[in-house]
Amino acid sequence: MKFRLLPLLAILSSGAYAAGGGDLMHAEVDLGNRASLQRGARTFVNYCVSCHSAAYARYSRVAADLGIPEKVVAENMMFTTEKVGNTMQVAMRKDDGEAWFGIAPPDLSVIARARGADWLTTFLSTFYLDPKRPTGVNNLAFPDTAMPHVLWDLQGLKRASTETLTEGGQNVTHITGLETISAGLESDEAYAGTVRDLVNFLVYLGEPAKLVRYKIGFWAMLFLIGFFWIAYLLKKEYWRDVH
Amino acid sequence: MKALSKPWYVATLEWVDARFPLTKMWDEHLAKYYAPKNFNFWYYFGSLALLVLVIQIGTGIWLTMNYKPDAERAFESVEYIMRDVEWGWFIRYMHSTGASAFFVVVYLHMFRGMMYGSYRTPRELIWLIGILIYLTLMGEAFFGYLLPWGQMSFWGAKVIVSLFGAIPVIGEWLSTLVRGDFGISDVTLNRFFALHVIAMPLILCALVVVHILALHEVGSNNPDGVEIKKKKGPDGVPLDGIPFHPYYTVKDIVGVAGFLIVYFGITFFAPEVGGYFIEHNNFIPADPFKTPTHIAPVWYFTPYYSVLRATTSEFMWVVAIGTVLLMLLYWREFKGAWRLVVPIATLALVGGYFTIDAKFWGVVLMGLSVLVFCALPWLDRSPVKSIRYRGPLTRIALAVFVVSFLVLGYLGTKTPTIALTRAAQLFTVLYFAYFLLMPIYSRIDTTKPVPERVTH
Repeated sequence: MKFRLLPLLAILSSGAYAAGGGDLMHAEVDLGNRASLQRGARTFVNYCVSCHSAAYARYSRVAADLGIPEKVVAENMMFTTEKVGNTMQVAMRKDDGEAWFGIAPPDLSVIARARGADWLTTFLSTFYLDPKRPTGVNNLAFPDTAMPHVLWDLQGLKRASTETLTEGGQNVTHITGLETISAGLESDEAYAGTVRDLVNFLVYLGEPAKLVRYKIGFWAMLFLIGFFWIAYLLKKEYWRDVH
Repeated sequence: MKALSKPWYVATLEWVDARFPLTKMWDEHLAKYYAPKNFNFWYYFGSLALLVLVIQIGTGIWLTMNYKPDAERAFESVEYIMRDVEWGWFIRYMHSTGASAFFVVVYLHMFRGMMYGSYRTPRELIWLIGILIYLTLMGEAFFGYLLPWGQMSFWGAKVIVSLFGAIPVIGEWLSTLVRGDFGISDVTLNRFFALHVIAMPLILCALVVVHILALHEVGSNNPDGVEIKKKKGPDGVPLDGIPFHPYYTVKDIVGVAGFLIVYFGITFFAPEVGGYFIEHNNFIPADPFKTPTHIAPVWYFTPYYSVLRATTSEFMWVVAIGTVLLMLLYWREFKGAWRLVVPIATLALVGGYFTIDAKFWGVVLMGLSVLVFCALPWLDRSPVKSIRYRGPLTRIALAVFVVSFLVLGYLGTKTPTIALTRAAQLFTVLYFAYFLLMPIYSRIDTTKPVPERVTH
């Protein structure tokens, strides 16, 4: 029996999704929303940094970029280091990660650049119970992922509803939707917000320079357009003799 | 005391000129280098290529200050540049955008030459040196792409180096020699770094100097394909020539400004260009044990990559038929014993098509699809240079070539399916037809009378 995923329309607020990089949920990335980035950072240090490092990002940089006082960061956000200038490392050793999960949890510094914000949003939203998996859960964006549903206490637990169709003489089971079987601390709406903030933060984390490059780029463009105009006038003046 | 009354800068210049041909060089290459006055838009890309070379060397020097050519630390050091080095992200994006910009500019520069017959007598050598520059640039880009040590860096290099393995007998030995190891490793990274930051740039700069010297020896072609040196005024200056400086220096500044708007637009607002300039997978550190599901080279290599993938064992029938047809078409051009040697050689070649693995012929065709540019000066038999005075056959052929190149480039970025492979095979045939049928269509094509002087 083949197992395939059909587009889910029922519960994913942002539209259809199919496995293997098909239709993904749409991430609402807004790096200008500092409050969202701060909430995302909080979720990140509370839930992700226990297993995943962000070994290229420094706490002090996050503090400065997100407008959080270094003292607050040091007291509330740093669980693996004392120095605010250090990078976001994890206590878990690589070998332990491999022993426990079958694969060492990847570094998340540039995960948003590798996977894309839409994929991350879908991944974090579509965990469902699957007794066949050692972690008890499976995922629509990343079938047979080694990662447990770390945010389960917020989202609650979901079950896949399936339908079996006969296609070309074979029985194929499709997942038609995910239904909540036990509610979490957050409503579906609030959880979507948590994911949005976390993904927003991961996008920032992937490229902190994004916060400034558009602003600098605007002035650079303005200068270059002026330069182009002056250069054009100069050329016209010189070429009067030729024409 | 009269000698002392000269202004200090004149005195200094005279002092230098007595010891080094500074003024002479300035005159020869700028102030008294007479270029045709009818250059159009397409003539910006030569000076722009020089600009991009300077940008790449400048940003490259600064990147080298913080980059670590070490398999354990390379990926990390690039992120260090992106985050902790002052303006590091800017320098890195300038360099990554510059790499693609280099190819855009060089492709347009080559297209200009193909349109206006700039490779024709007496500029064959300029064209050949140009192809050498292009080949060096490809090497430079290939070696540089390994340095970020991401998944695409690693697997791209692995695929390309393994191509050498398709060469019979010495193949495996050769790819081990290139890698310096049995797989892509720290050793490979180190030597690619050396080649990328010293060997290739050095050769590139030397070739660029030779390219320009050769150009200034014979003078520039122009959109009319008219030799301006044939009509000189009483002062020995070509009637249609104007001094490069100041006329083309000020004009090229306009081109530079226009280019920089696009270049910095990409650098600041979309440096990844949707995964075409910086591939998403390259943000995953190189992992020799995890093959990415989709390996594609960066866009500027994809036309040739398509040719490689199009060469399946079935396609060898097409290549065989093509080879025999070409032999029959051109048989009469050969004289004496060659009339016997050529058919025998053709048969031997066709025999080889079906005895040696198609992968090898794929590598051969890929190599030929780059090297075939070298033959252009001798393939073109038209009595006129510029496309302006040629007939419909040449125009259609050039259009077919451009479409083939673009389509092959597009297909090279996609995961192959049967339909896409068929398309790649069709366009591979068209690509080679542009070159290999040129002796025929360029000769029988109609022409328009070429004016005595350049038009404006």
